Amino acid sequence: MSLLQRWAAAVATYAWSAWGAIASLLAALALWEWAAAQLGPLALPDPLAAGGALLDLMQRGSLWPELGATARRALIGLALSIGAGTLVGIIAGLSPTAALASRPLVTVMLGTPPIAWLVLALLWFGSGDGTPVFTVFIATVPIVFGAALQGTRTLDAQLRDMARAFGLPWHMTLVQVYGPHVLSYVFPAWITALGSAWKVVVMAELLASPDGVGAELAIARSQLDTAAALAWTGAVVFSLLLLEYAVLEPIKREFERWRQEPA
Amino acid sequence: MLEIRGLHHAWGVTEVLRDVSLHLHAGELLALVGPSGCGKTTLLHLAAGLLPLQTGSIRRAVARPAMLFQQPRLLPWQRTIDNIGIGLRAQGVPRASARERARALGHELGLDDRALHAYPHELSGGMQSRAALARALLLEPALLLLDEPFSALDVGLRAQLHTLLLDHVQRRRTAVLLITHDLMEAVRLADSVLVMAPTPGRLVYRQPVAGPALARDDVAVHRLAAELLAVPVLRQAFDLPPLEPACLPA
Repeated sequence: MSLLQRWAAAVATYAWSAWGAIASLLAALALWEWAAAQLGPLALPDPLAAGGALLDLMQRGSLWPELGATARRALIGLALSIGAGTLVGIIAGLSPTAALASRPLVTVMLGTPPIAWLVLALLWFGSGDGTPVFTVFIATVPIVFGAALQGTRTLDAQLRDMARAFGLPWHMTLVQVYGPHVLSYVFPAWITALGSAWKVVVMAELLASPDGVGAELAIARSQLDTAAALAWTGAVVFSLLLLEYAVLEPIKREFERWRQEPA
Repeated sequence: MLEIRGLHHAWGVTEVLRDVSLHLHAGELLALVGPSGCGKTTLLHLAAGLLPLQTGSIRRAVARPAMLFQQPRLLPWQRTIDNIGIGLRAQGVPRASARERARALGHELGLDDRALHAYPHELSGGMQSRAALARALLLEPALLLLDEPFSALDVGLRAQLHTLLLDHVQRRRTAVLLITHDLMEAVRLADSVLVMAPTPGRLVYRQPVAGPALARDDVAVHRLAAELLAVPVLRQAFDLPPLEPACLPA
């Protein structure tokens, strides 16, 4: 209960502190409105038309299943990369040789455009969930891996000695000394990976999947339905914002209360 | 309580400690003074079992001595009260009773409830040092190893923590090995002062200090420090020029 209350309070505080962000978003909307008036509805429908298209999608019942399919693929790929990337990153961080050997690999993986991976994935996995999941995984795993490696490499030798001097058993050392430190490195990376997963999955679906938001965008493009394309884009962005600021950010704040300055 | 015999230690080809032997009894406070980098900390880490022994023998009457480091070394993500109780938690004491004992000792050492519930970064340096001292003393150790724990504090705070420490170790007859480069601190606290000379670290002089430590006032401490500072081997160890005969205390 108290955790739930803390979560609600965190979200409320966050929402209140978001007035500045809301103002800048509204300014962007105004700019969009102005641009729409200049370009005409075929090139750029105004925000109201896009909102109407979104409402229409909701009423026709196609929004939630497509958004759900996209979210499922993104989250599976992200979960895999968080699991594997964190674990392997920590292991690599424990060995200086492995850390040295893996650095160029991370650079190569980060430097390879996701679209290239997508083409390969299409050849390997076909048009099922495998292709977007793999693409998301491969695009996000180096981010998580790098952070876990860095977090493990920067463990404080002084605290480690302290843990030994006080005879902390290994599980206590792991949870109380190593855990919070590594977590403070990997959690921001998880959030970055989430954003990147959300983008990559739509791109993968656009080219490879029969359903999902990406596929709907492909249809909107072929029908020159700019309003629908904007509506789908808005839905994806909004769901990402919701996930990041309503779920992940409060968790991060809860974990990192020791970092915050006294109020 | 602690017996070190014929200890040699080397980092690679650099010899750090040569033939160090010392004996520490229950209730005794031994101060080891020496210039920076002479191998004092290495000796202490060996005594604590944090470094593998190379040559020589170390006998400890206790399995695990408590240690106070040069820096507070508190876990930044744990509240002060849990930092103090960490040694007890490591011994399997339940959280509630570890906290209860940490709170009682914290109060004794001048940490109020607000400080106990704060995170380390919210505390001043002095408060952090108190917490680190409390963490070591909470284990009621039979052997306490101190690695220049008060060197970064102002004179007032240092005097306060000295009194708290002496008060505690005398009540429990704790054996204490204190490492310091501060002669005043050594003669204020110790029953005996050992002098270590550098490259390689070796013990060159031993000076017993008379009378109970808590009874020494500032004048006595200054006189004792001046006497110690006139000892030729100590001057040599700290790379000080020899004294003119006229400057020698009578």
